[in-house]
Amino acid sequence: MANKDEVSRRQFLNYTLTGVGGFMAAGMLLPMVRFAIDPIMKQGAGQDMVAVVEEGKITEEPQRFTFKVNQKDGWYESEVTQAAWVFKDKNGDIVALSPICKHLGCTVDWGTDPSHPNQFYCPCHGGRYTKDGTNVKGTPPLAPLDVYKKEVKDGKLYLGQAEPQ
Amino acid sequence: MLQKMYDWVDERLDITPMWRDIADHEVPEHVNPAHHFSAFVYCFGGLTFFITVIQILSGMFLTMYYVPDIINAYESVHYLQNEVAFGVIVRGMHHWGASLVIVMMFLHTLRVFFQGAYKKPRELNWVVGVLIFGVMLGLGFTGYLLPWDMKALFATKVGLEIAQTVPVIGPAMKALLAGDAHIIGAQTLTRFFAIHVFFLPGALLGLMGAHFIMIRKQGISGPL
Ligand code: HEM
Ligand code: FES
Repeated sequence: MANKDEVSRRQFLNYTLTGVGGFMAAGMLLPMVRFAIDPIMKQGAGQDMVAVVEEGKITEEPQRFTFKVNQKDGWYESEVTQAAWVFKDKNGDIVALSPICKHLGCTVDWGTDPSHPNQFYCPCHGGRYTKDGTNVKGTPPLAPLDVYKKEVKDGKLYLGQAEPQ
Repeated sequence: MLQKMYDWVDERLDITPMWRDIADHEVPEHVNPAHHFSAFVYCFGGLTFFITVIQILSGMFLTMYYVPDIINAYESVHYLQNEVAFGVIVRGMHHWGASLVIVMMFLHTLRVFFQGAYKKPRELNWVVGVLIFGVMLGLGFTGYLLPWDMKALFATKVGLEIAQTVPVIGPAMKALLAGDAHIIGAQTLTRFFAIHVFFLPGALLGLMGAHFIMIRKQGISGPL
């Protein structure tokens, strides 16, 4: 009577109960998982461009300038200070580098390593970068320093979000 | 009186076989330090559990005063430590216990390793043990941020940078842990708090349950 290809009552109940159970579990978990991973799904609004320094003050030697940006951390808004190493390269183009080391996030300084006065130097683990921000092979950082989005308006340099080179 | 209460419950629910099954077993001679002093190495697993119980209890009590909010977290820890009676003790238990539990777990792991107690049929329990190890390190990492002082903030910055160096999924992992792709702030603290106080302890209890059930089923290995 019971054909081999036929689904038995037991099998049928097993399948339907598993299916219904699966839907119930998914319906329960989906909102929570989407809730938890929101930070990686949300596109950052990006940072407004802020005036940092008059163009005339920028030299060929990197200088450190600080500027204040409005930061929105979820429900918490605050003004934070950021810094940039700014200089003009050989062609006279302005370069603005982030001072945050690409190894583990310490703050790099220009020319503070006596044996490499024309490089950026990170005191934490001796990371070094050439003037254009390129990481020196054989030191800990694995990527060049981030560059700020920039714009010159009315003789002033405006900086935005720092982005990987 | 107590005996009568016990009998009253036992008569209705037959609880004696339950606790007998869990607790009523002889300690084998080779794991009993009273027989061979060197058997003290078998205590490290139990000591790890003991300190874990202290961590869970002291942590539960700390949350009566602690708030995971960047404006008030530091002040709340300062207050519970300095103004609340026995605050130094309760925070001290949690603070020192956090390190001690790792030490005990490590010694326990060394014993299992050098005695070869992970071999068949106990491979699965080694795997569960390694998962427990990971959860413990996670508890230490997420707990460290909670006082929200300079040391906590910068240790977490470095820790998250390390997470970010994982190939391909690193940046997403960091954002998922920190609650923001760039900022380590208000959302990081609430996330770490949730992970420290609910998610990881939950996982830890489940894993420890599996660990102990397997031990009861398989018995302790040895003697060598
Ligand atoms: C085995 C498990 C645990 C470990 C290894 C651990 C580790 C830590 C560490 C290292 C800190 C920082 C302590 C300090 O800076 O003095 C901390 C803080 C804290 N933990 Fe845990 N923890 C554990 C379990 C728990 C549990 C189960 C809870 C709550 C239910 C909890 C609640 C807290 C709270 C509220 C703080 C902030 C207060 C403070 O910093 O003193 N912990 N934990
Ligand atoms: S953080 Fe800069 S070298 Fe390590």
